[in-house]
Amino acid sequence: MNGIIDLTIWQVFLAYVFVLVVLAITRIRGIGREKEILISSVRMTIQLVLTGYVLVYVFANPSPLFTAAIIIVMECFAIYTVFKRFEGRVSKKLKITIALSMIVGTLSCLLYFLFVVVRIDPWYNPQYFIPIAGMMVGNSMTGVSLGVKSLVEGMTTQRNLVEEAMILGATPQVATRSIVNNTFEAAIMPTINSMLGMGIIFLPGMMTGQILSGTSPATAVNYQIAIMLGILGAVAITVISMLQLGYRSFFNDEDQLVQS
Amino acid sequence: MFELIEVKYQKLVDIPHLYITKGLTVLLGASGSGKTTVLKLLNKMISPTQGRILFYSNDLKQIHSVGHRRNVMMLSQNPAMFEGNIKDNLTIAFRFQAKEIPVDEELYRILAKVQLDKGLDTPVNQLSGGEKQRLALGRIFLLNPSVYLLDEPSSALDENTEDIIIKMVSEHIKKADKSALMVTHSKSVAEKYGDEIIEMAQGKILYRRLRDEWNN
Repeated sequence: MNGIIDLTIWQVFLAYVFVLVVLAITRIRGIGREKEILISSVRMTIQLVLTGYVLVYVFANPSPLFTAAIIIVMECFAIYTVFKRFEGRVSKKLKITIALSMIVGTLSCLLYFLFVVVRIDPWYNPQYFIPIAGMMVGNSMTGVSLGVKSLVEGMTTQRNLVEEAMILGATPQVATRSIVNNTFEAAIMPTINSMLGMGIIFLPGMMTGQILSGTSPATAVNYQIAIMLGILGAVAITVISMLQLGYRSFFNDEDQLVQS
Repeated sequence: MFELIEVKYQKLVDIPHLYITKGLTVLLGASGSGKTTVLKLLNKMISPTQGRILFYSNDLKQIHSVGHRRNVMMLSQNPAMFEGNIKDNLTIAFRFQAKEIPVDEELYRILAKVQLDKGLDTPVNQLSGGEKQRLALGRIFLLNPSVYLLDEPSSALDENTEDIIIKMVSEHIKKADKSALMVTHSKSVAEKYGDEIIEMAQGKILYRRLRDEWNN
């Protein structure tokens, strides 16, 4: 088997042809999203180049401090991204819930995955810690975003049903049960769907990356199965934690719906 | 039964003092006079921004809200219907409260009581506004609370059905030794069935009269 083909900077630039094609199409069709496409492409490139430099340094100088700092930055950025998306639409109580559930959901799964499933050594090994944390935090962030959107929409559009249920003697938990269940489904569905199509419709990024870098497909598959299950766990625990605490943010201490 | 002491709710209600006695109390007043807000305050869907409400001398603040709502049950003016059929809607509160669901005969007895001649499997989206209102009334009768807070229970009914329904409510309350606070626009309904009449305007109490007072 041939070794990995190294990509020069010029070869990477050749991939920008795709961006030019998309820009041309949006221009011709008058969609008017050229600025966003260009900014996101350039921003992605800068972010990844900077990340590359950081990772090269961190991998060359492994330290528990660096690993922890990177995980904290990832968590903070993910939480900030969710807050930014729902700015002005969620209460302070729900924001705290989002932050707590992101931290608890992703860290618990990450630590179990790395220490019990993969059993990394040393315990702060950045080569494993950082990419796996990235996948878990990223997917959980998407799940929580979908969950918050569905929860807020449900509590707005079905407010009359929640109120009627409470009038009929339901606790806030019972009154919001169907909204919470639907929200969980909406948040977890993308992860479930990607698991269903995996290996047949598409080869996932992590597995593709490992295969391209010369890892045996068998090892790559084992890692991919384990990480997908880890992601499923992280997304589910994060969303469930957010929902279990999040629905309460729509009620006060006297079990009354707070004014919208 | 209820005592309101210096109760204010935002700018909607301002009641320095009010007793609501056991029996059938009728709350009169134009739209926007604060009647619905008073009902919501009494079953703890909302709490006063100022003042205290006592229920049999106990401060509502100290009473568990969900338990209180099961005991002092409110019928909204436009009650929401849940997806499904008449049976689903009659029994949903039993599921909310984790209580044993009544048998079909009991459900049909309640439907007859509220003058709703429909099968239990009739989808609720096939019911008219008046039928939904009677179904919602049946729903809370089935739960048998000790106090009913009825927000214009006959607003979607014709005059004849209105009289039958209000008469049934009045008889049920007397027979079962219950209490009710009923909001209506109709002075004639108030004088015919009320043991006590309270009239509100712009969030304030205009007067409170007991039956003996207007009969003399």
